[in-house]
Amino acid sequence: MVDVKATGRPQEQGPSPEQLRYARVLDYGMKGGLIVLIAGFAAYMGNVLSPQVPFEMLPRLWGLSASEYVRESGMAAGWGWLGMLDKGDVLALSGIALLAAVSPLSLALLVPAYAKSGDRAYLVVTIALIGVLVLAASGILGSH
Amino acid sequence: MTASTLTRLLRWSTFVAAAAWPALSHAAGGTGAGMPWWVWPVVLFAVCFALGLVAVPAGIGGGVLFVPIVSGFFPFHLDFVRGAGLLVALAGALAAGPGLLRTGLADLRLALPFALVGSVGAIVGALVGLALPAAAVESALGVTVLCIAALMWRAKKSDYPEVAQPDKLGAALRMSGIFHDHAAGREVAWRVHRTPLALVLFAGIGVLAGVFGLGAGWANVPVLNLVMGAPLKLAAGTSGFILSFVDTSAAWVYINRGALLAIVAVPSVIGMMLGAFIGARLLRTLKAAVIRRMVIALLVVAGARALTKGLGWWT
Repeated sequence: MVDVKATGRPQEQGPSPEQLRYARVLDYGMKGGLIVLIAGFAAYMGNVLSPQVPFEMLPRLWGLSASEYVRESGMAAGWGWLGMLDKGDVLALSGIALLAAVSPLSLALLVPAYAKSGDRAYLVVTIALIGVLVLAASGILGSH
Repeated sequence: MTASTLTRLLRWSTFVAAAAWPALSHAAGGTGAGMPWWVWPVVLFAVCFALGLVAVPAGIGGGVLFVPIVSGFFPFHLDFVRGAGLLVALAGALAAGPGLLRTGLADLRLALPFALVGSVGAIVGALVGLALPAAAVESALGVTVLCIAALMWRAKKSDYPEVAQPDKLGAALRMSGIFHDHAAGREVAWRVHRTPLALVLFAGIGVLAGVFGLGAGWANVPVLNLVMGAPLKLAAGTSGFILSFVDTSAAWVYINRGALLAIVAVPSVIGMMLGAFIGARLLRTLKAAVIRRMVIALLVVAGARALTKGLGWWT
């Protein structure tokens, strides 16, 4: 550890502008995702929209593996849930998808900042990280 | 909120968890079909609230407690518990992220390279974890959680490690900076070493996070602090930030596989976040060392339960 005030060592001071920009977008995205998550779950519990899986069937299905559950419940895997947003239990999951989308969306803002500053190493790392997150989200690797 | 109110709240949540324990133990081996369906999300919310209360004073994320306890004592399949565990850790990391970044207690430059390798590891881990038999994952989870308990018991930490010479990769990536330590009332310059070793370790931590659905703060912080020499507060803040990427990657694999149930994931996330919110205030009134010992004991019980359940000794 180096005490700066003692040594007077010149260093970059405080969070960078791109870090502060990232924090701002992350904050909005996180709060939006949580609001959608809670509102969607309240609608599900209040039976505002009929669920794909009736509540009474849940104890029979929640002990199954994910692949068995998808088969038995008729629930869509991959991005198929987007076509089922009129179902209460699927709508309740939309907030989760939003929370899982916040990081790649926030990262996308860093690309022009790193490109403008000529920071090639972090430009490559950021683009690669966005690529990995998009690959995970695409369902190419994970869906049935 | 007064200290006595907080103490009553902690007692209440402990009481709820204790009251639910016999029912949970009884039904854990089956599907819980003998109880009304709504009991489970209510008890899950109460248990997650209690876990959130103790997680912050113990200095860990809630995910590492959530997965072994919920998989051991609730009737949900391990796939859904792991999916919810990732969401619990992710929501906590996202909630803390903006504040940590603004105050400089999390560092973007330090986090991004490790987030990249950790995310790749997490995707691999999630695919492997979902392909393996649940009993094998449960047994391995038990062993891992017992190891985490041992690590927490024995782990050293260093507030301001000395880094005599930064390594070439860390220097090339300009992994250095200054943060303001409010408690110490001074600005602290930091730099890191052993970056290549840390990259390998973060890839391994990502695999564990993906396989077991655990938040990985218990491993991230020691690597950043003890291996790389980042100051403890910066390590803790940056760990949560890295976790937001690693868990996002694994969570998408679980989402795409249909391994997320709203009835499991949402009460868990809300309960844990509410508990953590109040737990952060408990930091002022409770002895962190006492809470830490309690959490280690919880981890030992949960790890032993996961191991015996996985091995078929106690179903």
